Amino acid sequence: MQYLDNYLESKGGYDYTNVKRNELMKAQGFKEMPFTKTGTTIVGVLFDGGVVMAADTRATAGSIVADKNCEKLHTLAPNIWAAGAGTAADLHHQCAHFNAKLKLQRLNLNRQSRVNEVITKLTSKLFPYRGHIGVALIIGGIDCNGPQLASVSPHGNYVYHPFQSMGSGSLAALGILEAKFQDGLTKQQAIDLAIEAIEAGIFHDMGSGSNVDVVAITKDGVDYKRNIRQYNAKSYQRQVPYDFPINNTPALKKYQFDIEKQELSEVGQEMVIIE
Amino acid sequence: MYIPVNDMLKHFKQDAPAMANITHKSDQWSPYHDNSGTVLAVGIPGAVIVAGDTRLSNGYNILSRDATKLSQLTDKCVLATAGQYADFIALRKFLQQRLQLYEFQNEVQASTETVAHLLSRELYSRRFFPYYTFNLLAGLDENNHGVVYGYDAIGSYDQMTYGVQGSGQELVVAVLDNQLKGYNKINKTIPQTREEILDIILDCFSCAAERDIHTGDNVEILIITAAGTERIVKPLRKD
Repeated sequence: MQYLDNYLESKGGYDYTNVKRNELMKAQGFKEMPFTKTGTTIVGVLFDGGVVMAADTRATAGSIVADKNCEKLHTLAPNIWAAGAGTAADLHHQCAHFNAKLKLQRLNLNRQSRVNEVITKLTSKLFPYRGHIGVALIIGGIDCNGPQLASVSPHGNYVYHPFQSMGSGSLAALGILEAKFQDGLTKQQAIDLAIEAIEAGIFHDMGSGSNVDVVAITKDGVDYKRNIRQYNAKSYQRQVPYDFPINNTPALKKYQFDIEKQELSEVGQEMVIIE
Repeated sequence: MYIPVNDMLKHFKQDAPAMANITHKSDQWSPYHDNSGTVLAVGIPGAVIVAGDTRLSNGYNILSRDATKLSQLTDKCVLATAGQYADFIALRKFLQQRLQLYEFQNEVQASTETVAHLLSRELYSRRFFPYYTFNLLAGLDENNHGVVYGYDAIGSYDQMTYGVQGSGQELVVAVLDNQLKGYNKINKTIPQTREEILDIILDCFSCAAERDIHTGDNVEILIITAAGTERIVKPLRKD
C-alpha cells in the first residue's frame, strides 16, 4: 500500500476538487441556496456557582419575522445548555445531533458530560465545513471542573470568557455586559444582567425582538424560564373585528365528485371575479 | 507484481491544487441607502387619510424612532415617502420652494393635481440618477374628495383610491384590497366612515410592525379635510 500513502502525501492536506465543481455549477446557472438566519441576541454570564444564559425569541427570514416566539436555548446534556445564533436549521439539527451523541457517550461511560468535551466535538465538526454550517453557539454548563462558559463560532473557533454575546444584537448586548459585569455575582444578579443585555438587543437591534428566555444552571439543577419577559404585545386591536361570512368568496369553477360512480364533473359556471 | 511507485503517480497526478480564482468583488460604494419604513394613504369623499411609521433604519440599526415620513406641501395635500430619507428631504425641499413660488406668482395655492404633475416631472428630471423614493401624494381634489397618487422612483404616477409604499407594502396591500375594495368577496361591505377606515389603518400598521422588522416605533396619521389637518400619533412595537 506504499503507493497509496505516497499518492495521498503528494495530494496535500486539503482537497480543492469541489471548488472547480462549484465554479462549473455556478457557470451553468445553479444558484447558491439561501437560508433562514435567526438574527439574534444571545448572552451568557458566569456567576458564583453556576452559569446563566439568555436569548431573545425572534427568527427572521430576510426582513420578515418568520417566528415571533421561537426557542433559542437548546439542551445538550442535563448539565449543559447551548444558546444558538445563525442559521435556524443548522442550529436545530446540530444541537439535536450532539445531544444524542453525548447521551450515547454517557450511557457508554457512565459519566457526566463535560463542557470541554462538547466544545471539542463541536469544533471538530465545524472546522472542516469552513464556516458553511452557520452555527454560532454559546455553551454553558456545570461539570466536575466547575461552571464554564464558552462561545463557538461557525468556523470552529472557541473562546472561554466569563461573559459572552453572539448574534446580530451581540454588540448592543456586549455594551451592557462590559459596563455592568463583575466577578462574584449572585444567581439573581446574573439573571438580571443577562435579561438587561438581551433587552438592549431586542430594542436596538432589529434582527432581535419579542420576548426573553433565560436558563440558569447550577449544581442543584437547571432553571429554565421560557418567556420570562414579554415586552411587545400587539399594539392595536381592531374595534370592529374582521368579518368573513361564509359563501362570500367567488369560486372560478365548481366540481362535483360522485363517490358511488367515481366520477368528477364540472358543475356550475365560471364566476367572474368582480373588481 | 511490482509496480514502480513513480510510474503509478503520473497517472494520478493532478494540477497543483490552486485556490480557486476567488475574485473578491470589492464592495463598491453605493450612493443609495434604504431607510425603509411603511407609508399608506386612503382617500374617501370629503377627506384623505395619510399614515406613516416613524422609524428610520439602516440595515439592522435604528437611526431614529421619531422621524416623520409625511410632509404637508399645501393646505390640501401631503407627500408620504418611503425609501431613502436624504432623497425625501431633498425632494421635499424642492417641492416646498417651488410651490411657494407658485403661490407668489398665482396668488393661490397649487391644486393637488398640479402638485402631482410637478412631482412626476421632478422625479423624471433625475431619470439617470433617480431619487430613491417611493412616493404617495395624498390630497383633496377640486371637489374636496380625497385622492391618492402613487409613484415609482422615476415619476410614473396614477390616481388611486388607496396606496401603500415601503418595506411593509406586501404585508398591508392585500388586506386593503380585501377590506377597502372588496377583492375576493361576493357581497362587498366597504367601510365608508372615517372611523372604520382609521380602525383598519391602525390594525394594518400594527400587523406590519409584527412581521416587518423595519416598521415600528410610532405611526403618525394625518387627516386632511376642507376644514383643516388633524394629526394622530399611536405607538407601535419598539423591538
